[in-house]
Amino acid sequence: MTGTGPSQGPATPNDAPGAEEPRVAIIAGGPALLTGSGAKGATAGGIRLLRSPLASLILQRLALSVALLFAVSILIFGGVEALPGDFATTYLGQSATPQAVDNIRKDLGLDKPLTERYVTWLGGAVQGDFGTSWASRNSVSEQIGKRLGNSLFLAFFAAIVSVPLAIGLGMLAVQYRNRLPDRIINIVSLAAISLPEFFIGYLLILFFAVNLGIATFPSTVYDSMTFLERLKAIALPVTTLVLVVLAHMMRMTRAAILSVMSSAYVETAELKGLSSLRIIARHAAPNAIAPVITVVALNLAYLVVGVVVVEVVFVYPGMGQYMVDAVTVRDMPVVQACGLIFAAFYILLNMAADILAILANPRLRHPR
Amino acid sequence: MRDFTSNSGLLGAGINRRGFLGGTTALGLAAGLGGNLLLPTGARAQEPKRGGHLKMGLKGGAATDTLDPATYSASVLFVVGHLWGDTLVESDPKTGAALPSIASSWEPSADASVWTFKIRSDIAFHDGSKMTVADVIATLKRHSDANSKSGALGLMSSIKSIEDKGGDLVLTLTEGNADLPLLLTDYHLVIQPNGGYDDPSSANGTGPYKMTSFEPGVRATFERNKEDWRTDRGFVDSIEIIGINDATARIAALSSGQVHYINRVDPKTVSLLKRAPTVEILSTSGRGHYVFIMHCNTAPFDNNDLRLALKYSIDRQEILDRVLGGYGTIGNDFPINETYALFPEGIEQRAYDPDKAAFHYKKSGHSGPVLLRTSDVAFPGAVDAAVLYQESAKKAGIEIEVKREPGDGYWSNVWNVQPYSTSYWGGRPTQDQMYSTAYLSTADWNDTRFLRPDFDKILLEARSELDEAKRKEMYRDMAMMVRDEGGLILPMFNDFVNAASKQVKGYVHDIGNDMSNGYVATRVWLDA
Repeated sequence: MTGTGPSQGPATPNDAPGAEEPRVAIIAGGPALLTGSGAKGATAGGIRLLRSPLASLILQRLALSVALLFAVSILIFGGVEALPGDFATTYLGQSATPQAVDNIRKDLGLDKPLTERYVTWLGGAVQGDFGTSWASRNSVSEQIGKRLGNSLFLAFFAAIVSVPLAIGLGMLAVQYRNRLPDRIINIVSLAAISLPEFFIGYLLILFFAVNLGIATFPSTVYDSMTFLERLKAIALPVTTLVLVVLAHMMRMTRAAILSVMSSAYVETAELKGLSSLRIIARHAAPNAIAPVITVVALNLAYLVVGVVVVEVVFVYPGMGQYMVDAVTVRDMPVVQACGLIFAAFYILLNMAADILAILANPRLRHPR
Repeated sequence: MRDFTSNSGLLGAGINRRGFLGGTTALGLAAGLGGNLLLPTGARAQEPKRGGHLKMGLKGGAATDTLDPATYSASVLFVVGHLWGDTLVESDPKTGAALPSIASSWEPSADASVWTFKIRSDIAFHDGSKMTVADVIATLKRHSDANSKSGALGLMSSIKSIEDKGGDLVLTLTEGNADLPLLLTDYHLVIQPNGGYDDPSSANGTGPYKMTSFEPGVRATFERNKEDWRTDRGFVDSIEIIGINDATARIAALSSGQVHYINRVDPKTVSLLKRAPTVEILSTSGRGHYVFIMHCNTAPFDNNDLRLALKYSIDRQEILDRVLGGYGTIGNDFPINETYALFPEGIEQRAYDPDKAAFHYKKSGHSGPVLLRTSDVAFPGAVDAAVLYQESAKKAGIEIEVKREPGDGYWSNVWNVQPYSTSYWGGRPTQDQMYSTAYLSTADWNDTRFLRPDFDKILLEARSELDEAKRKEMYRDMAMMVRDEGGLILPMFNDFVNAASKQVKGYVHDIGNDMSNGYVATRVWLDA
């Protein structure tokens, strides 16, 4: 969850249902062309016809997500419990005395059995009450609100830069396939994804903050900052994140479109004399979109969940940093809440990707 | 995990164990203590300038931090507490002696077991209310309450009663302790209105700066307290502390001019940072030390000749240079250095001497390899140090077998269990505390199994001895016993390495603790 390295998000495309898509599309894409009205029309009609199967599918996915979240909460609880040292000893650190440790344990109910504590916590969490942080005695929900806001702020700007850029570059690469622009795009984006994100971060800091002095560093954001100051502060971390996630989305876009473009029905369309723009927009894109959506969703999840290293390097007060701090002192309510929110993001984004992929491709609604 | 500084709120306690180890090196203390090559020349001669905005990038802040001084444990709050509040007593940056603060003077009883403190009556809290003896008493009570979660609880345990007698604070101890005023310098013991019982996290104190905002682990801002009761501190108008836990990010922030001061510079990168024209390295001797420990009651280490042979066969300078990059001071096999008050001067420095080592080794009658257990968690570079030691001992004909133990469980399975291992100690506020924690026969952490009734007797006598000359003599005797007969091999003390922009003037190298003993922001000024 707090994984390091760019491989976290992008590494698992084959697990995603959409990854197999292009190959299937070659065979099944034909009828869409023959109906004349195009794939889009068929999809729209399909939604109307298949409303209830789709709804039940979404409900099924939602129920599965809740079960998953429940499992995640047990894993986190058990994981933190398995760490050596509990909150009282780690929190007091150097100055721990047996008495002070006992006082804290009694105060927080750490002397109670594990299952009892878990059930109590779960009871609160189900009602939306994540309790109070053991370390700071503040409401967890309130604290997370601010941190989550910061994380989403960073992820949002990284996303609105990287997603259009990746898809645009992917199309550009298709256009100039195996020629110089394609190669340059590939080499640069692969180089960026191959470097660890902290290294990219340090390079950017070195050039733009230390040597040139034009960027703001550290990227700490705080309450009294104006919106523009915030934007300026996150310029470097956003750039880092864009470089990290760009290659994966770009290459998936390129591969998906290419595989559709080499299919028979696109050739037919070309022979029919359609313009290349029309071919890509009406015939190729709808069939290529599913795998792209999946990859985009994975990368969006990564932008929220997997950016701890970037947060640390740029001193950005986001969720990841908050969770790491909490794990360090075994602040269980905070770890639990952060873990659940991260898991929820991952699950929801993946679910959204699945549903969008199904919407974009009616064939997936009828699994054999 | 085991913790060395557990009874001490003061030294080392401001420092998280790993962080503490991560950034320790130095060039020795200020000029008075010698050995310093990089003194900020000229910084001291200038008149302080007022004004400006000081920005600091510090390691040691977390989202879980709170402003209740009872809970302070890491560097950021160590500095923050000294900004908004005051303790009863402060310590002299050069000598480590107790200096008046909120307590204007004090007087011990003849056996040092009852102490009377005069409390200043001209001080107000930031909210304008007057500070009284009652506030002081409530503060001490809150930190010494049996149910307290205060980091100073261990220190306060020897205080039997806290009373107001005719407007003076009277502390009665369970036994005489000449060091009591120094214990009250502990940074947890910040005087708060009604002792902080009402609102421990209000940051309403008597210090030179008023807190204007605080986001745990992110940022804290302060403005100067214009009604401060002291004029010799608080030179800059406002202060901003940013929590930067990444070592490289701190260096980048300093060298790009975004902050004026950073703490915990990694010894390995100091030489690179030194090249930056606008940056000055500030390193200060510390009390933490890296050690090789032998159990004096376990064969073959129960033979003092073998212990001496092993002490003479370590090349201290080489280990200091290679492991700490030269940022540290050489140790002399007793756990005290010049940073302690009443340091016994003039004890001959033990040096690497293969001939003497061979002589004692032969005399001990031991043969075969000696097994030394080590691990990277013992101190940074512990395995390297052990291998260097192995090489230097080989030249004296002594065979040391280095066994690398896993880091997990090292503190519970190896340290204080196996007869010969590597370890480290943070410091203590006083010599008495250091010896009581690890060299008293009955101490839990007597990790050299130094069981000497005669030593214990001097230690207890020295504790309540008010004549400083006599006490110093006793500490000298104790140091000699540990040095010549103990199981401690102490190659080096590591130092605190911080760095600042050259705009920062007036930095005081305080022997008390890291970051000018936490007072850095109240002592420096900016020269534009």
